[in-house]
Amino acid sequence: MEKYRILPHAADGKFRSFGRTLEEAFTNAALATASFMWDWRKIDPARSIPVEIAGRDLEQLLYRFLEEIIYVFETRRFLLASVESLVIEAGAGGKILRAILRGDEIGPKTELHGEVKAVTYNEMKIGEDCGGWTVQAVLDM
Amino acid sequence: MELMRVDENTWEIPRQGAMNVPARIYASHKLLKSVQGDQTLLQARNVACLPGIRRMAYVMPDAHQGYGFPIGGVAAFDLDEGVISPGGVGYDINCGVRLLRTDFTAADIEARRKELLAEIFKDVPAGVGKEGVIRLSFGVLREILARGAAWAVENGYGTADDLRMTEEGGEVRDADPAGVSPRALERGVPQLGTLGAGNHFLEIQKVDKILDAAAARAFGLEAEGQVLVMIHCGSRGLGHQVASDYIQAMENELGTDGLPDRELVAAPFRSSLGRRYYRAMGAAVNYAFANRQMIAHGVRGAFAKVLGRAEGMRQVYDVCHNVAKVESHEVDGREIGLCVHRKGATRSFGPGRSEIPDAYRAVGQPVIIPGSMGTASYILAGTDEAEALSFGSTAHGAGRVMSRHEASRRFRGERIRDDLAARGIELRATSWKGVAEEASEAYKDVDEVVRVSHAVGLGRLVARLVPIGVMKG
Repeated sequence: MEKYRILPHAADGKFRSFGRTLEEAFTNAALATASFMWDWRKIDPARSIPVEIAGRDLEQLLYRFLEEIIYVFETRRFLLASVESLVIEAGAGGKILRAILRGDEIGPKTELHGEVKAVTYNEMKIGEDCGGWTVQAVLDM
Repeated sequence: MELMRVDENTWEIPRQGAMNVPARIYASHKLLKSVQGDQTLLQARNVACLPGIRRMAYVMPDAHQGYGFPIGGVAAFDLDEGVISPGGVGYDINCGVRLLRTDFTAADIEARRKELLAEIFKDVPAGVGKEGVIRLSFGVLREILARGAAWAVENGYGTADDLRMTEEGGEVRDADPAGVSPRALERGVPQLGTLGAGNHFLEIQKVDKILDAAAARAFGLEAEGQVLVMIHCGSRGLGHQVASDYIQAMENELGTDGLPDRELVAAPFRSSLGRRYYRAMGAAVNYAFANRQMIAHGVRGAFAKVLGRAEGMRQVYDVCHNVAKVESHEVDGREIGLCVHRKGATRSFGPGRSEIPDAYRAVGQPVIIPGSMGTASYILAGTDEAEALSFGSTAHGAGRVMSRHEASRRFRGERIRDDLAARGIELRATSWKGVAEEASEAYKDVDEVVRVSHAVGLGRLVARLVPIGVMKG
């Protein structure tokens, strides 16, 4: 199954990610976000950061989860390689996501090719159809 | 969508449905075509539906689709009945442009041009993930959020004259660092004095053509060939996080029902949350002023090192183009206070306004409009007419028309570098893919944007500038 597709958008980074489950689509959304900044396939998953994120609904959960990728990059110089054990559950007043981010710190040879400033709600879509789940978001670049 | 032609470069979406006011678009036929190709007009109509909006929702000549609000949009809200919206300011709070003049001519520096650019590239951190030259504690960072560029100048990074030649004196007084989250502070700590990446840049330019000699002289632009330095960047991760934090806080407190786009979430200006956002945004505005101040200091240092002196490097001006400000404007014949959102729009105050420096009060404020990579940039002067046309605002740049993905597929960064070199423009960058994404073909024609600004009266053309050295993150 295709993990994600980059879509044309004049100013920003737009993508659609896919998954047999909601969790898989969220996992692939994180990889799509990373792909605007570095090639996650080339990153050694040497370190891990557990994350727990709450959101009032699925949209806010996605917004906060993707923002976490930017946050750990800017504050801990962490480059995402993969996402493991992602689960989404109902929580107090909304949804809770737990996952382990795997990746490595920026090194002298790291190639970075873009800067994602922020996640946006613009054209955000999270939906299920017969084939599974699709997530769409636009990143501010 | 119904679109009425008002005159040659003015179009209007009449008030209909939930719109509280009409929407007005300043564009030539050519620019309107690209605006009609995306969501800009729909977004302008959505903005016109927000509570307390006054007069009209305005769309500048360089507009393109944003998220919630269009980029190149101006909307002003009544202080008592209206709202403030983080989406109406944008994620990069106080993204803006600073222009320095020099006493050098392009001929003076030609022999050392490459060396000069290399030195700036070394001294001013740029690119994704690049950290600043000083490491801040949370305590010092909070001081910067309260004092802006004034903090930088007090600590030896520039002069009092720089502050006079910055919007708000480089220091928004109504700023509250306590409203900035620890996450935002963490993102701000490593990034002060960094250019960032994407469309941000630093250019060595020369005056190509003086179009209004008197205004140019007032701005310190004396002759064609004079060397200038333009810096385009904003509040970095700190500002992005402030925007995100308050969008979410507003969602959580006010809900998202009835919003055509969640990025339009807005709080009443007088509410506690509205005030908190306004003051946290002010803190991010100050971070951006300090950021450009530190970068300008680095540039002066590089000039001094390579050319032996930097004394003539006075600041022409520093403008914000993503901001909300409380200003007084005339509505229905009455002067009232409004919260003016400019998202991808530059303030363009005309002669006499008390907000602009004494030295410019006779000609209007300098409006700095950067072009795309390798193309011209422009200096305009603010006009009296702009007050009635757009709450004293005009365009902020060229405006994208092609996606980054498409541009990086079509163009090669190394090829762009070679093409620019053949035209006498030196390019230094941290990422060739980033350069390809910023190819000038991905942007609107800046000449057309400023031509329309001038023709409509949003800003008066003063000088055309062209790059001789470009640094991209």
